[in-house]
Amino acid sequence: MEEILKIENLKIYYRNVSGLAKAVDGVYLNVYPNEILGIAGESGSGKTTMISGLVRLVKPPAYIPEGSIFLNYKRNGDLLKVDLLKISENEMRDFRWKIISYIPQGSMNSLNPVLRIKDQMIDVILEHSDRSREEAESMVPNLLRSVNLEPNVADLYPHELSGGMKQRVIIAMALALNPKVVIADEPTTALDVVSQMSVLSTLYQVCRKVNASLILVTHDMAVHAQLTDRVAIMYAGKIVEVGRTTEVFKKPFHPYTKALLLSIPTIEGEPRRLEGISGLAPSPTNWPRGCRFHPRCPYSKEVCKEREPEMIEFGPGHYVSCFLYGGE
Amino acid sequence: MPSLLELKNVSKIFYGAKGRRVRAVDKVNFSLQKEEPQIISLVGESGSGKTTIARMILGLLPPTEGGIYYLDKDIYAMDKNERKEFRREVQAVFQDPYGIYNPFYRVDRVLEIPIKKFNLATSKEDSQRLITEALEAVGLRPKDIIGKYPHQLSGGERQRVMLARLYLLKPKLIVADEPISMIDVALRALFLNILLDFKNKYGISCIFITHDLSSAYYLGENLIILYKGRIVERGKTNEILTNPYHPYTKLLIKALLPPDPEKRILTSIGSDVRLNEDIAPYKENSCHFANRCPSSMDICREKAPVAVKINEDHEVRCFLYDEKG
Repeated sequence: MEEILKIENLKIYYRNVSGLAKAVDGVYLNVYPNEILGIAGESGSGKTTMISGLVRLVKPPAYIPEGSIFLNYKRNGDLLKVDLLKISENEMRDFRWKIISYIPQGSMNSLNPVLRIKDQMIDVILEHSDRSREEAESMVPNLLRSVNLEPNVADLYPHELSGGMKQRVIIAMALALNPKVVIADEPTTALDVVSQMSVLSTLYQVCRKVNASLILVTHDMAVHAQLTDRVAIMYAGKIVEVGRTTEVFKKPFHPYTKALLLSIPTIEGEPRRLEGISGLAPSPTNWPRGCRFHPRCPYSKEVCKEREPEMIEFGPGHYVSCFLYGGE
Repeated sequence: MPSLLELKNVSKIFYGAKGRRVRAVDKVNFSLQKEEPQIISLVGESGSGKTTIARMILGLLPPTEGGIYYLDKDIYAMDKNERKEFRREVQAVFQDPYGIYNPFYRVDRVLEIPIKKFNLATSKEDSQRLITEALEAVGLRPKDIIGKYPHQLSGGERQRVMLARLYLLKPKLIVADEPISMIDVALRALFLNILLDFKNKYGISCIFITHDLSSAYYLGENLIILYKGRIVERGKTNEILTNPYHPYTKLLIKALLPPDPEKRILTSIGSDVRLNEDIAPYKENSCHFANRCPSSMDICREKAPVAVKINEDHEVRCFLYDEKG
C-alpha cells in the first residue's frame, strides 16, 4: 500500500545556551492511509517535536537541518507528491486543516473564552476553505453530533463545558474539513479516566468515518493497545521499534519496549512488582554514544557503546534497531 | 482505638459570587490506624474533592464542618510545639514536580533545609552522608543530582527527590496528591515501589490520591471512591475491584483500558454506558451521580443516600442497596 506520509531522516534541532539539542535525530516513519499509528515514548524522547515538524510548526530556536516529509495525496484525480519541507509557507498553509490536521497537547485550553463555540468553529472553516459563512454555519450541528455533543453546545462558551466536552469540540474542528491525516498529541492526558475513554472512542469513530489516518501520540501504553493499528516506540530522538500493535505487545523486541510494557500496572491477575526503567533519561544535548539506550539497558554489550544499530526488519513489518537482533 | 489520623464528618464549603455555594467535600469520615502502617487510596475524577481533602489533612485549609485529628489532637487547634511535630510527621508530595522547586536554588536545598530545621545532622559531613543515603534509597545516583538546578532534572527525578526528602524526615504519614500523573510510565512504577517500601520497611503510612484505579490496585489495601465530594464506596481494594457495588465504581472499572491489544473495548463501546460528563448544577439533596447513573430511580433525585454496610469493611452509598429506602 502506498504511504500517505513518508518521513525520511527527519532531524529537528534546537540551539540553546547549553549547546545543540538534537531533539529529533533521524526519524524514518511511514504513515499509511486509514491507519491509526501510535507514537509512544517517555517525555523528552522527541515525540511532540517530531510531529510539530510534520505540520511545519517548528519555530526558532528550533530548526530542521535535514530530512524530508513526503505527502502522497490524490487531489482531483492527480497524484500529488510533495516534500512538505520544500514547499512555501503559503502552500503549507493550504494543506493544514484540509489535508493534515493537528491537535496539539492541551489544545482544549486554547479555545477563545469570549467566543461561542459556534463562532470558533465557523472561523476555522472560513479560514481554511472557500465556503460561505452560511454554509459554514450549517455544518456546525452535524460536526457537533459527529463527536457525540448536543448541537446546542454551539451556543455555549468554553467555560460552560467540561474538559472532555472541550476536547470533543477541538476534535470536531480538526475534522471539519475532512482531512486525510489527523495528528493528535496526548489528546486525553488531562482528562479523567471516564472522559478519556469516551473521547478516545469518539476520536476513533470520526477518523474511521472520514477515512483519515490518525497519528496518536501518547505515553499511555494502554491507549496504544486499545486503539492503534501500528505503534512506533521513540527513544532519544529516534524510532527504536515499530510494528503492528498486536505484535509489538505480544513480542516486543527492543529492551526499551520490553521495559516499557513491564511497567504498566493492570488490575488483572495478582499484583506483581513492576520493574520500571532505572537510570536517567538521556539529555538531547548529549545523547549517549553508540546505542542511545545502552546506559540503561540490561543487555548492553561492547558494540552498543561503539556504534548505533541500524533499523532492521526482524519480523514481518516489525522493525527494531538493536544489536541483539543483528544490524551489525 | 487510637488512630494516626481521623477525619470526622469533614465538610468543606466554598462560597462563590451571588450566594452560590459548593460543598466540595461532604461529611467525609475515615481514619488510619496507629498500630500498623496502612495505605489508603482515594480515587475520584476531577471535582471529586480529592485535593481539597489532601489540603485539609495537611493543615492548609480548615474544614467548614467537622474535625481532623492527628493522634487524637485536632490539627487546627494545636499549640506551637505540637504543630511543629505534626509538620514533621505528616509530609506531602504534590502533583506538579515542576512547580514546587525554587528555580534559583540547587535541588540540594530541599534536602538541606529539613536537615537544618529538624537538626537531623551534627556536622556537614553527616548531613552529606544523610543526603547521599536518601537519594540512593529512592533509586537516584547522588552524583547526578547533587549540585543540579531543578530545570536540569526530569519530572520523575524531581518527584523522587521529594521522596528522598521524605526518607530523611521519616514521617509517620505521607499525603501524596496525584504524585504520578505528571511523570512517565516507566518512572511511575519506581515511585509506587518506593511508597510500598516506605510502608514495609519504615512503617510509613500513606494517603494516596489518584484518578487512576490501576495504580491504586497496585498499592493495594484500602480504597475510597469519591464522587463530587462524597465517599460513594469504600473497602478493601481487592474486594471493590472484583466486586464493585456503586454504579460509579462500576463505570470507573469499565473505563480502565486493558493494556492488551487483544482485549479491545474502546473500538466497540455500546450505548449502555452513559459516558457523558455531568455539567448539571449540583444539588445537595440528591445522589450526585443520579444524572449519569444507568440505574437511577426517583428517590435518587429526592434525597442523599446514606452509607450501607455490605460487610465488615465494605460500604456503599447508593439507594440500590438501601432496603429502608
